[in-house]
Amino acid sequence: MLEQVTISVNGVSTTVPRGTTVAAAVMLAAQPCRNSVSGQPRGPLCGMGICFECRVNINTRLHCRSCQIICEQGMEVTTDE
Amino acid sequence: MKHNTYDVVVVGAGIVGAACADEFAGRGMRVAVVDGNSVGSGATAAAMGHIVVMDDSEAQFALTRYSQRLWEQLHAELPSEVEFDQCGTVWVAADDEEMAEVWRKQKLYKQRSVPTEVLDAKTLYQIEPNLRAGLVGGLLVPEDAVLYPPCAAAFLMNRAQKGGTKLCVGESVTHIGQGRVRMANGLEISAKFIVNAAGTASAELTPGVELKKRKGHLVITDRYPGFVRHQLVELGYVKSASSSTGDSVAFNVQPRRSGQLLIGSSRQFGAEHKEVDQVILARMVQRAQHYMPGLKQMSAIRIWTGFRAATPDKLPLIGPWPGDDSLFLATGHEGLGITMALGTAHILVDHITGRIPEIPIEPYLLSRVSQEHTHA
Repeated sequence: MLEQVTISVNGVSTTVPRGTTVAAAVMLAAQPCRNSVSGQPRGPLCGMGICFECRVNINTRLHCRSCQIICEQGMEVTTDE
Repeated sequence: MKHNTYDVVVVGAGIVGAACADEFAGRGMRVAVVDGNSVGSGATAAAMGHIVVMDDSEAQFALTRYSQRLWEQLHAELPSEVEFDQCGTVWVAADDEEMAEVWRKQKLYKQRSVPTEVLDAKTLYQIEPNLRAGLVGGLLVPEDAVLYPPCAAAFLMNRAQKGGTKLCVGESVTHIGQGRVRMANGLEISAKFIVNAAGTASAELTPGVELKKRKGHLVITDRYPGFVRHQLVELGYVKSASSSTGDSVAFNVQPRRSGQLLIGSSRQFGAEHKEVDQVILARMVQRAQHYMPGLKQMSAIRIWTGFRAATPDKLPLIGPWPGDDSLFLATGHEGLGITMALGTAHILVDHITGRIPEIPIEPYLLSRVSQEHTHA
C-alpha cells in the first residue's frame, strides 16, 4: 500500500498518496484554487506550471502554483474564499 | 483637416499634454492634440504614478506641492480606474545621517505648511511591519498619493475632448514652429500657439532643447494585499535621483489598489534601448529586497522600462521658446511628470492667457538654463 500524507485544505484534512501534487489534493477536496480578479473560481488548466490558474496559498506563502508542488505531511493550503 | 486652424495645438498626448489640453479647453480655447502614438503611451504608461512633494530645490518644491494640491482638488472627479489613493509617502531612514535628513525635511515642510509626521523606529514598524529590522525611522507625508497614469491621462484627455478639443493620434509630427504643425503624411495644422509637450521627443521637434533620455525599470508583482501600505522610498533616493551621472538604483515600492506592488527604481543615462537590462534590474530588486526581505517570496509578473526626459538642471522646461512667438515648451519633467502635469498646465496656460500664475513660472523658463550656462 502507498504511503499516505495528510494536508489541510481550507481547514479540512485531506489524505493523499505520497507524491500527489497539491493541485490534485485540492481537486480531491472539491475546492477551486483561486478566484479571478472578476470573482470567477479557477482551477488547474495546464497542469505544467505555465498558466498560473492553480495558484493557492501554502503555509504562509501566497500564489503558489499547486500543480508544481508535491504534498508534504501537515501542509496548510488555503484557497480564495 | 488641411486648413484647420486652432488657438492651440498641443504636441504630445502624454499626461502633460493631456493636462495642458484640458486646461486650455477649460478656458474656452479651440484646442487640437497631436501624437504619433496613443494617449498616455510614452513615459506616462511606464511611470509609477507617485504624486509626491520633492524638495531638491525651491522651484521643484513649489511645482510639486502646487501640483499635488491640484490632484487632491481633482480627486473627487477622477473615475475609479484612475485608482487615486492618498496613501502617503514614507521616506525611510536607514541610519542617523538619514534621520537628520528626516528632520531637515520636516522643518522645511512645516515652514511651507505641508503636513508631515516624523516616525521613530517603533512607529515605522507599526505602520510598515514588513520593512527590515534595524531602520531608525522615517517621515510620513500623508498628502502624497498614487494613481494609475495612463487612465489619469485618458481622463484629462476625455475632459478636454468634451470641451471641444480635437484629438489626432497615430500620425507622427515631423515639424513644429511659426504657428504650424506638420505631420508625416503631409497634413498641416495651424495655430496661434503650439505647445511642445512631446517628452523625450521634444528635442527632435525643437532643436536646441537640451534633454537626455534617462531609462528606468519597474517590476509589478502578483497580488499581496496589505504587505505595503504607503509608498515607501529610501532617503538615499534623493542621492540616486539627483546624481547627474552614472547608473543608480533606489528602494521605491508602491502599493496598488489590486494588492499588487510596484517595485522601482533605476536611473540610467546613455541606455537608448528599451530592453530590460538584467544587471541593473538585479541591482534594483536586490535593493528592494534589502529593505523588505519578504519581497523574496513574491512573484513578479511583469517588468518594463521607460524613458524620462531629463534636463541638465533637473527642472522641467515650461514657457515660451525664444525666437518663435507661437512656440511654448511643457517638457523635461524627468521622473515627476505625473506629479507636475497639473501644475505645469496651470502655469503655462496662465502665462499664455495673461493671468498671473499661482506660482511664478520664472524658475521653469528656458532662460534660466541659458543663464546658468552663461555663468558656468
